[in-house]
Amino acid sequence: MRAASDPRIANMDEQVALPRQNGELVFAAPWEARAFGLAVALNEAGVYPWRDFSQGLAAETAAGEQHGAPASYYERWLETLEKLAIAKGLVTPAELDARTAEYACGAHDAHEE
Amino acid sequence: MSGDHHDSHQAGTESYAALRTKALEALLVEKGLITTDVIDTVVRAYEQDIGPLNGARVVGRAWVDPTYKKRLLADGTSAIAELGFGGRQGTDMVVLENTPTVHNVVVCTLCSCYPWPVLGLPPSWYKSYAYRARVVREPRVVLREFGLELPESVEIRVWDSNSDMRYMVLPERPAGTEHMSEADLVSLVTRDAMIGVAKVQVPAIVGRG
Repeated sequence: MRAASDPRIANMDEQVALPRQNGELVFAAPWEARAFGLAVALNEAGVYPWRDFSQGLAAETAAGEQHGAPASYYERWLETLEKLAIAKGLVTPAELDARTAEYACGAHDAHEE
Repeated sequence: MSGDHHDSHQAGTESYAALRTKALEALLVEKGLITTDVIDTVVRAYEQDIGPLNGARVVGRAWVDPTYKKRLLADGTSAIAELGFGGRQGTDMVVLENTPTVHNVVVCTLCSCYPWPVLGLPPSWYKSYAYRARVVREPRVVLREFGLELPESVEIRVWDSNSDMRYMVLPERPAGTEHMSEADLVSLVTRDAMIGVAKVQVPAIVGRG
């Protein structure tokens, strides 16, 4: 099976366009690819229309410029994704914070079922 | 550029963002909302699909299948659709064949029309005013700046894309590739060659074990 890419995601407006090199996507770290895949997979699963995500990302970008806090593209992406996941009731901020903290001190094995 | 920013949240070996992403993914998987396999598939699809690889597949097929090539040159839109690639309705794809005597190069003088279903997003130079203006006026000089020196005997044709018509170049199949499989040929084809600012090169070392 060959999954097709969605032009609405592949060709977002310049302001929020996916970082690329020589036309191909670039991920500076593995987590960026995971965050990318998560956001797209949730969209494909029908959790939110892509417009919601791209608008959220644009808002995140605008807010970052206003506060002079230059988060990287995928940091803003992740922020957008978290907010949407919380707004849609998929996760709560508390459980996300708790799990992040567990991983930070190595208390939770990421691979356990 | 914000490449220096990553360090600000660095905690030990993994960044805060990395931990946060891992936490989010784990929670969504545990709740049965998503699987890691689906995420893997999505990432792979986008890494491969939206680069110039689709175009390279079209070129590879045309090099090994003369009847496909004939269809491709006659009706680019349909022949490209045969391989499963297509774009918005109403945008026609025209494929231009490079030969030993004719070299085609693509531009969009007005803005940055580009055959994205086959080539991904345009490189920044494609959108630059300098390229758009100069490739029409002095194509030979511009191509030389890209490192492509063409003999004076080769006719250069410059094609101006627009919202209804998108062009893609079918580069010449390099000599010495007769033994190569379609998949190997595909890996040789570059984005620049399909815009027409480069030729397809054979790697200097063809180590085939």
